[in-house]
Amino acid sequence: MLIVTGEDTTAPHQVRVFLVDDHALFRTGVRAELAAAEQVEVIGEAGSVAEAVAGIAHFKPEVVLLDVHMPDGGGAEVLRQVRGQQPDVVFLALSVSDAAEDVIAVIRGGARGYVTKTISGRELADAIVRVRAGDAVFSPRLAGFVLDAFSEGPNSAPVGDPELDLLTPREREVLRLLARGYAYKEIASELFISVKTVETHVSSVLRKTQLSNRYELSRWASDRRLV
Amino acid sequence: MDPVRDQLNQQRAAEVDTGPGAATKPMAQQRPRSVEQLRRRRSGRLVAGVASGVAEHLGVPVLWVRGGFAVLAVCGGAGILAYSLLWVFVPQSVGAEKPVTTRERQQGFGVILLCLGAMVAVGGLISMPAWLGAPLVVVLIGAAVVWREADESQRRRWRQGARTNVVGALLGGGGRKAMIRVLAGAALVIAGIVAVLMGSTSMDEVRFALLAVGATLVGVAVLTVPWWVRLVRDLDIERASRIRSQERAEIAAHLHDSVLQTLALIQKQAESEREVRRLARGQERELRNWLYGPDGYGSQRQAVDDAPAATFSAELTRICGEVEDSFAIKVQQVVVGDCDVDERLTAQLAAAREAVVNAAKHARVAEVSVYAEVEAAQVSVFVRDRGAGFDPASVPADRHGLADSIRGRMQRHGGKVKVRTSPGEGTEVQMEMPRAA
Repeated sequence: MLIVTGEDTTAPHQVRVFLVDDHALFRTGVRAELAAAEQVEVIGEAGSVAEAVAGIAHFKPEVVLLDVHMPDGGGAEVLRQVRGQQPDVVFLALSVSDAAEDVIAVIRGGARGYVTKTISGRELADAIVRVRAGDAVFSPRLAGFVLDAFSEGPNSAPVGDPELDLLTPREREVLRLLARGYAYKEIASELFISVKTVETHVSSVLRKTQLSNRYELSRWASDRRLV
Repeated sequence: MDPVRDQLNQQRAAEVDTGPGAATKPMAQQRPRSVEQLRRRRSGRLVAGVASGVAEHLGVPVLWVRGGFAVLAVCGGAGILAYSLLWVFVPQSVGAEKPVTTRERQQGFGVILLCLGAMVAVGGLISMPAWLGAPLVVVLIGAAVVWREADESQRRRWRQGARTNVVGALLGGGGRKAMIRVLAGAALVIAGIVAVLMGSTSMDEVRFALLAVGATLVGVAVLTVPWWVRLVRDLDIERASRIRSQERAEIAAHLHDSVLQTLALIQKQAESEREVRRLARGQERELRNWLYGPDGYGSQRQAVDDAPAATFSAELTRICGEVEDSFAIKVQQVVVGDCDVDERLTAQLAAAREAVVNAAKHARVAEVSVYAEVEAAQVSVFVRDRGAGFDPASVPADRHGLADSIRGRMQRHGGKVKVRTSPGEGTEVQMEMPRAA
């Protein structure tokens, strides 16, 4: 994973985390992994979309770990129902899925990052702290998905606002290094910019992914026989 | 009717005879026939297998039975009636049957021909109006042809065909020959009926008869509408549930072949952590590909018959999987874009494989990441690890892996290789290959 926290990010308080996954076994595993990390505290969990919506409203967590694949609409549906009422809650997608359109749907729904389920407990805790602080957290695979979605192929002419739909060369560069498995700090030294700038670039990529029009992504997905 | 009753009596007698004490007939000893039902033969039959079935049931030579039917047939057609009734009511056998000799077949045909000749001769004596008799014979022959074609195995295929498609139902899976036979039979029937109608002197009677028949048919159709609807709906439901159960069976079979077997292996090798990791990783990769891959189970099902051309991403995935399996490390791979593989890209894939193998062997890490990007002008592959790294200047001159397998291979095809490494910092091999115009 790419999150290597060099500086001491020990927050004064523990980040309150809510866990949404339809597999009880996996929730138990994540709870056990996160119990070792002192920066985060799991305050509740849910196994379905309805439970998640009610649980998030009740516990008011800071970060929601959100499974992408669930019955009744999955993570995207949870985002749709919760985002309007509780805009302060930050979502981090935690998925085993390799299907790009699922993951991108969750990102577009407003998740602040995406990590895979093979992530270690320490890295997951770091990622939670990071999204709580306002950063976007990408796994190499998601960086690859986004690059693919925005690639300037012959059949992906920009539609709508080109300012919004296209990535700048620098953002593309950052994404490419992310996909190559570089940590934020390594990207910063590679591109001779500060870690803060890298984070800014990644966040703007995330914003563009959320804002770029649906048409383009759905066409991209159907080009690849994904939907 | 008498012959039929005789036949049935014979049957009953045979069944009684073959009770526990009846060992008089030589063939009765061969199998416990007390529970055996009369069955028509499926193989080696001449018309419908009735005669040979009866012969087998009674334990007498088939020639006798055929002769009996022939004699009865000449006696006012009773044999034909008996044969037809047995054909309709006696089920076809399902098990294995002993083969029929050529001599039996020849004798059988001879008997049939003799019987026909005798019937014509006898029929000539019994004066029947020719305009009625000849077409009726034609109708009977046609119906027999169709019925023979639609015999049990055929009808079973029809039933199955009706669940799959209409054409299959009509052809019955028998192909052109079956279709020709059915059409010929139907043509004979129609020709016979037309001949009867044409030959009729009073057209009024015919018209009345036709009206009556038509009204009856319409009435029957209307009365049975709910039944037809239910039949169609049942077929639909049955088809849907069959598809579902097939899907379930397929998933179960896949899970059995892959996941369960791997879990069993893991249980057996629980003490070898390395082996467990290797098995689990290989299984995860396979299942993931099955679920989410381009032609995987979860995506839209692709036609299987068009063989998938080897694409760059698929090949790279395969290579990474191979290295994962043989070196028990994790290879995280991300591919952006895709294209078909040509000679240059084959070289690049081989070089990439060598780079991953190098990392697996020397870097002493558990994970290697591979990133590939297909662009309009070139294809780039990056293989990196966070492992030991090395000092390029201190590599002994006799080590050829990097020089030959990676750099040489890429340069021969017009590509470029860049290596970034230093001790403790990990290694990244960058390979760029221009795409053929």
